[in-house]
Amino acid sequence: MSGLPEKVDEKLTGWGRWPSSSTRLVRPERFRDLRPVKGPQIARGQGRAYGDAATNSEGVAILTERLNRLVSFDPATGILRAEAGATLREIIQVFLPQGWFVPVTPGTSWCTLGGCFAADVHGKNHHQAGSFSAHVPAIQLVLASGEVRELTPEDDLFWATAGGMGLTGIIQEVELKLRRVETPFMAVRHVPAPNLKAMMDALEDPAHDEEYSVAWIDCLARGEAMGRGVLMLGRHAREGDLPIKGPSRASAERPKKGPRVPFDLPAFAVSPTTVRLFNGFYNRWHSRKGSFTAPVWQYFYPLDAIADWPRLYGKRGFLQYQFVVGSAEARACMAEVLKEISAAGHASPLAVLKKFGPEGRGMMSFPKEGFTLSLDIPMRSDLLPFLDRLDAIVKRHGGRIYMAKDSRMKPELVPSMHPRFEEFKRACAEADPEGLFQSDLSRRLKLR
Amino acid sequence: MIGDPGTCLVVGATSPLARRMAERLGAAGWRVILAGRDADELERTAQDLRLRHNQHADWVEWSADRSFDQDAFWERLAAEHEDLRGLVLASGFMGDLEEDEAEPARLAAVTDANYEGPAKLALAACATMAPIPHCWIVGISSVAGERGRASNYLYASAKAGFTQFLSGLRARMAPYGIHVLTVKPGFLDTAMTFGKTPPKLTASPDKGAELILSALKRRKAVAYVPGFWRAIMTIIRLLPEPIFMKMKN
Repeated sequence: MSGLPEKVDEKLTGWGRWPSSSTRLVRPERFRDLRPVKGPQIARGQGRAYGDAATNSEGVAILTERLNRLVSFDPATGILRAEAGATLREIIQVFLPQGWFVPVTPGTSWCTLGGCFAADVHGKNHHQAGSFSAHVPAIQLVLASGEVRELTPEDDLFWATAGGMGLTGIIQEVELKLRRVETPFMAVRHVPAPNLKAMMDALEDPAHDEEYSVAWIDCLARGEAMGRGVLMLGRHAREGDLPIKGPSRASAERPKKGPRVPFDLPAFAVSPTTVRLFNGFYNRWHSRKGSFTAPVWQYFYPLDAIADWPRLYGKRGFLQYQFVVGSAEARACMAEVLKEISAAGHASPLAVLKKFGPEGRGMMSFPKEGFTLSLDIPMRSDLLPFLDRLDAIVKRHGGRIYMAKDSRMKPELVPSMHPRFEEFKRACAEADPEGLFQSDLSRRLKLR
Repeated sequence: MIGDPGTCLVVGATSPLARRMAERLGAAGWRVILAGRDADELERTAQDLRLRHNQHADWVEWSADRSFDQDAFWERLAAEHEDLRGLVLASGFMGDLEEDEAEPARLAAVTDANYEGPAKLALAACATMAPIPHCWIVGISSVAGERGRASNYLYASAKAGFTQFLSGLRARMAPYGIHVLTVKPGFLDTAMTFGKTPPKLTASPDKGAELILSALKRRKAVAYVPGFWRAIMTIIRLLPEPIFMKMKN
């Protein structure tokens, strides 16, 4: 059909390993073969979206993994241009030793430039730096017709594509403005907080104005201690911050290879009991750490060191759930959500709270001013109705759910959560009148 | 590598395996010249090598086709680069079996890409390499060349020819200090095998490149990539013909 060899993956999933869908795959090896094929299709990078954003039971997923070449770099401006399949990991490996780092990074380095732009990802520095697309001077997009467009922030289609989940076309190349760093280390500061109120105060405290800020919270702690946790602040270390005796620069520039999870753990491995134990330990351990320096790889990507970590959650997989609510509503909303979680006994060993800065320009981008909470919860039969209840709370408080992590939300929620939804649909219809670009996510949420 | 790094030529450089080999050669200090038919792809890959590894990378147009003058091509290149001491022959073309059977003249494209083109270039290279110490040639053949199967016998026969060519060339050039490495990849994760081979038995191009360069460093004569294919192919060669013929593919 496309002239490219094809294979069917009967059980293609997102990174959360639920749900799976049978998807046909093609993998162009040459740049000019990264072109629309026939029928419903979606570009897929490294498959790091947790849900069904890049699975396609009614069509094709076009793998971009072989198109990962660096195209140009201007050391005067820090602007890198690369093919869309290049991962942040390889970019950091090349440029960190030269004193550059990516301007925004999610919690994994394995995501591709195309994926980062299509999901308009955010990082621990959103309150200062905004989301990924704010650092992208240009992209090259292939439309359904095969026409190649160079897009800049001047173009509406650029902002339909930022956070547009791949529905406007295939991203071929991305420009990214890298930032200078003096060392490959981070200066980290841990501030414990005894409960949710103290934690949210700490997140808003001007004394904690580090560039990176994120809070881990123990979502199973109840009563007085509900929302207790550790605020983790970080900034890129300068020469003077480094201890005299520490790991060498060269070793900090390389990602560490850690263990691999060789098989699916049984479902009880991540249960309320084990998570309660883990959380207690984690809380004590990190509360006591105080200030220290850590290599960037360890600071930003602790889970990347464990290959196939989703297997820890067993073969049923897990769901990521992340939402944002405006600051005015956030305290009430977070308290309600945490109460629901601890009452229902759904265990999330990684519950992460963060303050976002102002909303960016992407029509369907997730981040907006307020607080965001991210959970990963092992799949269980009663999880889906439970998350529907959380959806209702989030919606009531005017919040928004992150599509790049979603695999179960109802389509009715989309228009109220995304005020520019109609504008986005018009842009998609204009760029792709026949509706070729679609995914399991886009059909489920009726995004087109 | 063999001797100090110099300049090497990689033909068939748009294949993922060749690209990874070029990367690793570049990282080891070699100045790499990519060669192939697809100028756009060659320029993209060369530019990536320059940015990623801060290495010298150039490209030239090259074809395995019989109309292409391998002698003149090599002579020109050798005149430009006095330290041209390495050659990677990575061109290959599967063809389309049914169409080739229907129109046997098309077989030339398969034998050119897999055998004649690279063999002619290797002969041209040996002429200038003979007086230079520490020269090497890596020929990417295939396990397919060990026994013709119903599903790929035209390709297999060309690869078989290439394998035997490399074997003889190795012996012929040993007195001149030119090392010839025959590489027999099993399943590598490329467009040729995409969706056709079991993932667990399929090695990534990068792993393949790593194994090949380590074999070159150790001056091995024949490298199966990955190594377990040596055992598999030993069994396949020993199978009695009636049984072999009944096997799928």
